[in-house]
Amino acid sequence: MILNQALYFRRRLVNAVFITLSIGAALFGLVWLAFILGALLKDGISAMSISLFTEITPPPGSAGGLLNAIFGSVVMSLGAVLIGTPIGIFAGTYLAEYARHGKLAFVVRFVNDILLSGPSIVTGLFIYELVVRPMHSFSAIAGTLALAVIVIPVVVRTTENMLLLVPNGLREAASALGAPQNHVIRAVTWKAARAGMITGVLLAVARISGETAPLLFTALGNNSMSMDITKPMASLPTVIFQFAISPFPDWHTLAWGGALLITATVLVLSIAARILENQKRT
Amino acid sequence: MFVAWTRCELPRFHAFQHSPGPSLTDISLQENPQTLADLSVRVESARRAGAGDSRFRLAALLAALSVLAIFAGVIGSLIIGAMPAFKAFGFGFPVTEAWSPARDRFGALAPIYGTLVTSAIAMIIAMPVGVGIAIFLTDLCPRPLRRPIGIAIELLAGIPSIIYGIWGLFVFAPWFQLHVQEPVIEALDGVPLLGTLFGGNAYGIGTFTAGLILSIMILPFISAVTRDVLETVPSVLKEASYGLGATSWEVMWKVCLPYCSTGVVGGAMLALGRALGETMAVTFVIGNAHRIAPSLFAPGTSISATIANEFTEATTEIYTSSLIELGLILFFITFIVLSCAQLMLMRLERAKGK
Repeated sequence: MILNQALYFRRRLVNAVFITLSIGAALFGLVWLAFILGALLKDGISAMSISLFTEITPPPGSAGGLLNAIFGSVVMSLGAVLIGTPIGIFAGTYLAEYARHGKLAFVVRFVNDILLSGPSIVTGLFIYELVVRPMHSFSAIAGTLALAVIVIPVVVRTTENMLLLVPNGLREAASALGAPQNHVIRAVTWKAARAGMITGVLLAVARISGETAPLLFTALGNNSMSMDITKPMASLPTVIFQFAISPFPDWHTLAWGGALLITATVLVLSIAARILENQKRT
Repeated sequence: MFVAWTRCELPRFHAFQHSPGPSLTDISLQENPQTLADLSVRVESARRAGAGDSRFRLAALLAALSVLAIFAGVIGSLIIGAMPAFKAFGFGFPVTEAWSPARDRFGALAPIYGTLVTSAIAMIIAMPVGVGIAIFLTDLCPRPLRRPIGIAIELLAGIPSIIYGIWGLFVFAPWFQLHVQEPVIEALDGVPLLGTLFGGNAYGIGTFTAGLILSIMILPFISAVTRDVLETVPSVLKEASYGLGATSWEVMWKVCLPYCSTGVVGGAMLALGRALGETMAVTFVIGNAHRIAPSLFAPGTSISATIANEFTEATTEIYTSSLIELGLILFFITFIVLSCAQLMLMRLERAKGK
């Protein structure tokens, strides 16, 4: 009886330790989040000013803003989404509508998921070999393509997932009315899955707005305002990288301002995506 | 009954008399020139719809194939780009430590070591914590708190890696140096093994710092996948074990986790794939030193950090090519890890009956 009592207490003790550790794990995650966001707000807000949006990146020691970097980021992200979204949606449609269980679909899905979690810096090397080397110049085109390569797998994955949620009855009903398959897809399944597909695009934008590695040696960076897409173009992440590892304190301040801008963009996009997703459910 | 009959008959009668849009069977029964013309119009429009259909299908197929083309392009371009370095250094490249741009001598051992060690540190920290968070969120957390805490953890995954980098460099590294590294180095001084692993000078930045920041970044991936698979455990199993008098720990450790071990391991591999390829966060805090130091607190380098730091500075052909070969090695390692992850998660999906 005494022995059982000891066993009982040991089990209770182990259980208490386990519960404490689990709570500790959750706290561990939350503490880091608070630590990061706190630092970001503290240093980022003090860097916020009007000139951040109206002036271009300065030489060390003088005042300036991030206008050229913001412009470059917007242009290249927009271009990447315009290129990547149609390809991603069509590829996702192929996987969900035409070849659900085929061998080709299996391979495409597999490869797509590898591209989705694979190292983004390798994408940069790929576009460097494909575009920058033949053109003998870093360019905004190369940066856009590198980002598009990152957009595609994200959109493919979400499009396929969302289309698979559309009940087959809808497709069958439309087909029974005599609609050819492309009409069924465009007028029925795409429409039913629209919110989810937009969510995917938003997530893709959120993903590329912070991507730095693939831009480092495709778009490179540019300390003046450039609208020529065949020339190097600045972007927020590369400017943050360049400024943060520099020894100049006013560059550090600008880097923090850029960091806050990017994080705010990503958060807004994620929240928008989440709201859209919830709307779809109800 | 009567009503039903008229409803059935009326449309057919109607079609026969006026035939504004006769169906194909109606037309085949009638030898009427006007409807024959109608027929050819219909066939034409059907053919056009069919052509549009096959064009649409072709577009979808091409888009799907473009995903494969990108993948093949990545591998192909890396292999072509790495050729000069491979010709110059052969199979000695991955096992040579020397990295000297001035003398055009390159070896990948230090970056490979850095990538593996930072990822290992990240996994050792993130695995138990990530699973712990998942357990907390599925079983222990009070219901109203579940969603906010879940979203907060997911936010960690949404923060771009460059933010982790700048935060790690300016905020975390100085704090870590002062409050963790210095006391730890002092406490472990003279202890065999541990004294070496956590010895030397406290720089703040270094291999261990990089691994720690990586662990925070991959935490949400592990906890998300673990949460998903924990939810597949049939509640009958849990209820049965609780009914036998098992504690929460025993239910989790002896019933739930064994039930979904494949999924947890698959999720871990997915996170490992991310950690291996992570660039910016590591580049900021690893210190960029091409040597393998015995201490984890010492600066090191990783494959991705080396490429990010040196690629635009690489002036000679062989330098660029060596960096691309590094990229190829990185791609190869992550490909294997991610493939394993996918195969494991796929087996789980099949078991779920999808």
